[in-house]
Amino acid sequence: MSLSYVRTIDAPKLPAPTTTAGTWAKLRERFAPTPLSGLGTLVIAVFLAWAIWSIFQWAIIDAVWTAPDREPCNAPGAGACWPFVQAKALQWVYGFYPIELRWRPNIVFLLGGLSLAGLLIPKIPFKGWNALFFFLAFPIIAYVLLTGGRFGLEEVGTEQWGGLLVTLIVAITGIVASLPLGILLALGRRSKMPVVRTLCTGFIEIVRGVPLITVLFMASVMFPLFMPPGINPDKLLKALVGVGLFSAAYMAEVVRGGLQAIPKGQYEASMAVGLSYWRMMLLVVMPQALKVVIPGIVNSFISLFKDTSLVSIIGIFDLFNIVQSGFNDAKWASAQTGNTGYFALALIYWVFCFSMSRYSQFIERRLNTSYTR
Amino acid sequence: MTESAVVMKSVNKWYGQFHVLRDINLDVKKGERIVICGPSGSGKSTMIRCINRLEEHQQGDIIVDGIPLTTNVKNIDDVRREVGMVFQHFNLFPHLTVLENCTLAPMWVRKEPKAQAEETAMKFLKRVKIPEQALKYPGQLSGGQQQRVAIARALCMNPKIMLFDEPTSALDPEMIKEVLDVMVDLAQGGMTMLCVTHEMAFARQVANRVIFMDQGQIVEQNEPNEFFLNPQSPRTKLFLEQILH
Ligand SMILES: Nc1ncnc2c1ncn2[C@@H]1O[C@H](COP(=O)(O)OP(=O)(O)OP(=O)(O)O)[C@@H](O)[C@H]1O
Ligand SMILES: [Mg+2]
Repeated sequence: MSLSYVRTIDAPKLPAPTTTAGTWAKLRERFAPTPLSGLGTLVIAVFLAWAIWSIFQWAIIDAVWTAPDREPCNAPGAGACWPFVQAKALQWVYGFYPIELRWRPNIVFLLGGLSLAGLLIPKIPFKGWNALFFFLAFPIIAYVLLTGGRFGLEEVGTEQWGGLLVTLIVAITGIVASLPLGILLALGRRSKMPVVRTLCTGFIEIVRGVPLITVLFMASVMFPLFMPPGINPDKLLKALVGVGLFSAAYMAEVVRGGLQAIPKGQYEASMAVGLSYWRMMLLVVMPQALKVVIPGIVNSFISLFKDTSLVSIIGIFDLFNIVQSGFNDAKWASAQTGNTGYFALALIYWVFCFSMSRYSQFIERRLNTSYTR
Repeated sequence: MTESAVVMKSVNKWYGQFHVLRDINLDVKKGERIVICGPSGSGKSTMIRCINRLEEHQQGDIIVDGIPLTTNVKNIDDVRREVGMVFQHFNLFPHLTVLENCTLAPMWVRKEPKAQAEETAMKFLKRVKIPEQALKYPGQLSGGQQQRVAIARALCMNPKIMLFDEPTSALDPEMIKEVLDVMVDLAQGGMTMLCVTHEMAFARQVANRVIFMDQGQIVEQNEPNEFFLNPQSPRTKLFLEQILH
């Protein structure tokens, strides 16, 4: 007698159960796999719909689009006061930079934008020359053009600079200064030399333990007290130094995190092939460490970008300060002016920060050579 | 008498209280192939890592190719140019391609022009039989391939002495042979080699001398056949019984 438990012919294919096939089932799978999560989806959907509709209504439907002054914006039920933004837009970009001299910041914007794009877009060649221009020549050109007083250019004091111009100057200087300074501080903190280590650790811990506002106050109020009388560096310069040192301390800790992720074997292999300390750091350790902490670095850059608004505390008219100061303009002060100004401000900051975030994700993918399996 | 490649005279080393190398005396002639074996923790790695100053010894003298290893940074750099090292876990640079791994040190330490460094690198990648992988990243290679790249990377600096620290212990059995083949080829080319390994067939085939270490001491050294057939010390006998069965 022979018994066979193994089927020799394929069983006929049954149609998929109706509960898992079709659009309806897929939707249900995605949005309401269980009754409770279905309820959650519903609550969130209702809230989102309400929020988006409210903003849409305020910013588009009820908004005032053209007006010579604040009157229409003061009408009951009026939404966003866009004419205010239109009237102030140029001031938001240049601050109080003399109107007939605005070609100078324009050239700076153009040169900076072009060479930055050249650096950031991988396909564009001449990265080395571009970097040389952006990090060495451009700051000098920008400084000469913006301040003037040389080559027959009329002098423009930094107290007249403002708006997006100043926000970008503070942010980019901070970003460009904080990365190399942060790397040096991080290396110093891990140094075998006790003096270097103590100094770096001390600096990092002191600066990190203090709010940026305090650093800025110290720079602008306390610092001159220690200087010989008659020497009082420019307010913007002091803010730049304050912001740069502050973000360097944060950057140092981010970089240190990356350094800790590098296995000892990488140092040993570098030393075994004869690389010196600085070459080892430059060619082997830092490229790997920085790659690991790109999200942290960009996070610092984004914080820094938004923190630049704090320079308004020491009387610098950055974007945030200049937008706010426009609210008091008798011609435009209305019930909706403040809301509109802050809304536009949020949008501008968000565009910059979101771009940085997306760009960092792009670069992270490009640099990924680990092929971990 | 032939010249010495590595001389260790009464070398002692401590990790804190722990006496890891005890009175090591060793004279490796040029062109000699030494295999070092011994139980785990006996100080084999520590000893060969002292030769290129990945570890610092506290007493005694180490002279590599006539250069005494002192705290003098210049001497350390000079020694590292003479000595290549291959690690158990390969330690390739994951952010660089295979070719870049091989050209990095020649270009930055010996200031070779890029084209020349690449030519040398390709020569050695051919010798370890993976020229076709030159443009891949280490993460895309098998363990055996990675270890052969590591050997090529060390050879690109034209070392006079090669150190191997358990080069096949992290590999699957089928990859061990391809790495050992490269090492045999290197030995037949006349390279001075110090290998920490438990591959006894390899020791029999290429070694001039096998050294047995235990508890930080060189317990016994002999020519391979004698060493395996006729071990003198009871500790060596015990160790050989364990690894040969
Ligand atoms: N950095 C260190 N600090 C303290 N002790 C150490 C250190 N490195 C190694 N040791 C100790 O020194 C001894 C010798 O280590 P070593 O790595 O040389 O052994 P080994 O013979 O290579 O062993 P294995 O076969 O396991 O690789 C071990 O007992 C180890 O615990
Ligand atoms: Mg070991």
